[in-house]
Amino acid sequence: MNSRLRWRKFVSNFMLTMTGICAVVAVSVLFFILGYLVYHGGTSINWNFFTKLPTPVGETGGGMANAIVGSAKLLLLASLIGVPIGFFGAIYLSEFSGGTVAFIVRYAADLLNGVPSIVIGIFAYDFVVLPFKHFSTFAGGFALGLMMIPITLRSTEGFLHAVPRELREGAMALGASKSRTIATVIVPAAYRGILTAMLLAFARVAGETAPLLFTSFGNRFWSPGWNQPTAALPEMIFRYALAPYEDWHRQAWAAGLVLLGLILVVNIIARGILARGNAVPRS
Amino acid sequence: MHASVRPAVTINITPNIGSGAASQATPAALPMRMTISQVNFYYGTKQTLFNVSLGIATNKITALIGPSGCGKSTLLRTLNRMHEIVRNARLEGEILLDGQNILAQDVTQLRRRVGMVFQRPNPFPKSIFDNVAYGLRVNGTKLPMAEAVEKSLRHAALWDEVKDHLHKSAYELSGGQQQRLCIARALAVEPEVLLLDEPCSALDPISTAKIEELLVQLKELCTIVTVTHNMQQAARISDFTAFLLTGQLIEFNPTPQLFTKPGDPRTEAYITGRFG
Repeated sequence: MNSRLRWRKFVSNFMLTMTGICAVVAVSVLFFILGYLVYHGGTSINWNFFTKLPTPVGETGGGMANAIVGSAKLLLLASLIGVPIGFFGAIYLSEFSGGTVAFIVRYAADLLNGVPSIVIGIFAYDFVVLPFKHFSTFAGGFALGLMMIPITLRSTEGFLHAVPRELREGAMALGASKSRTIATVIVPAAYRGILTAMLLAFARVAGETAPLLFTSFGNRFWSPGWNQPTAALPEMIFRYALAPYEDWHRQAWAAGLVLLGLILVVNIIARGILARGNAVPRS
Repeated sequence: MHASVRPAVTINITPNIGSGAASQATPAALPMRMTISQVNFYYGTKQTLFNVSLGIATNKITALIGPSGCGKSTLLRTLNRMHEIVRNARLEGEILLDGQNILAQDVTQLRRRVGMVFQRPNPFPKSIFDNVAYGLRVNGTKLPMAEAVEKSLRHAALWDEVKDHLHKSAYELSGGQQQRLCIARALAVEPEVLLLDEPCSALDPISTAKIEELLVQLKELCTIVTVTHNMQQAARISDFTAFLLTGQLIEFNPTPQLFTKPGDPRTEAYITGRFG
């Protein structure tokens, strides 16, 4: 009996330690990456990095202003495609569709989510780049937008489903139509989750490189227009990291740091928005 | 397919004690706000109400009692057609509100006239004020909003507790206050009938007592139908009680009579606690 009890205590402590270690490892990966980025790229981050164009090979200094603006433009386009389609698709899926249709759409969305990003890139190349005979911001935004759709759709749907049935019934019992119930009760009740879902999708595609390689292509200079090639942060990291120049490597690290920083800032702003408003308490 | 189901079901129906008792229970002198006649209800092919008929007397409280799964909530939900939210739900029979068939009416109009309060308090993620104003806004009222909201909150005996923080989230209220807020929200559109589906089952005894007191006052304003698990509650507040068992109306009588001289052995067994 006594040895049994000691064994049980040992197992309990062992498992507690293991789970604790795993939790620490999970968190420290982020801090390790962050520290590594700061160590290698921190020195290259200065005012010039945000305001100057890349310098020709051999010349040190310069910045990635064009890539920062390019990424912003690409993400804006991607959000314009991914957010509304994902959001309204999720509303249809969660509130209106029958079992079979919902199953098919959900399954298709999960598959689309699993399509390698490079394949999405080839598709966008064939679909946008070839007909317009141009690498372009449009093509890059299109590719990223496609990737955002399934992420937004599936998680928004999840949050809409989680709205208690009592709230829907409460609104309908007051004579609200279904669409009115959705617009004034269900979406407001789920908006924190929905916003988080959109941010996750945004952060996910912000770092995508593969689909940009043959859509927005890259540009050493300011992109002259939406239907012209543009630089983007992940794509610059890719090219600079592969280049044989020490200064470019440092700039690649810096670009990685900036990318991570931008995502962090977007996240913090969103948390700020989320902290306000009347949330449905978890029951 | 249904045609083959229906005759079999009709044969299964026991002698309709329900409607017979109803005619005794509610003398012709009492005006009827709603009349339920020969209602059969199905979820898919499963029948959950069998030939139920009863009258809901104007400005009285009618309580529906019975063990879990007896169909009392289903019956309540048919009265403002909330059953239509559920897929595959099917209703047969006739339900009249002020002599007009509710099944032939516009459903949003009907729900404005027949309000509902649910088992668990379900305030919207909005302020206290906006919760009460919701129904008014949905129905496009011309009334001054602030006055209408105050009036409803007073009717629900909540005004004094919330008047200083109308713009706080409804979730900051206690459970009992939330339920009274839901009653205020339902009252705001001035319904003729108020349906309550076990309105106190999630509340503590003190909040329950407040709601019960409130319901008795509210019958001046509207006709009330309440579902309850709590027989003492039915005995305390209702004027008429209907006892349902496995989808059938077993007995429908004035409350004092049902609880003191039940007309059916099954009612007696239930109210004395032998099952349920």
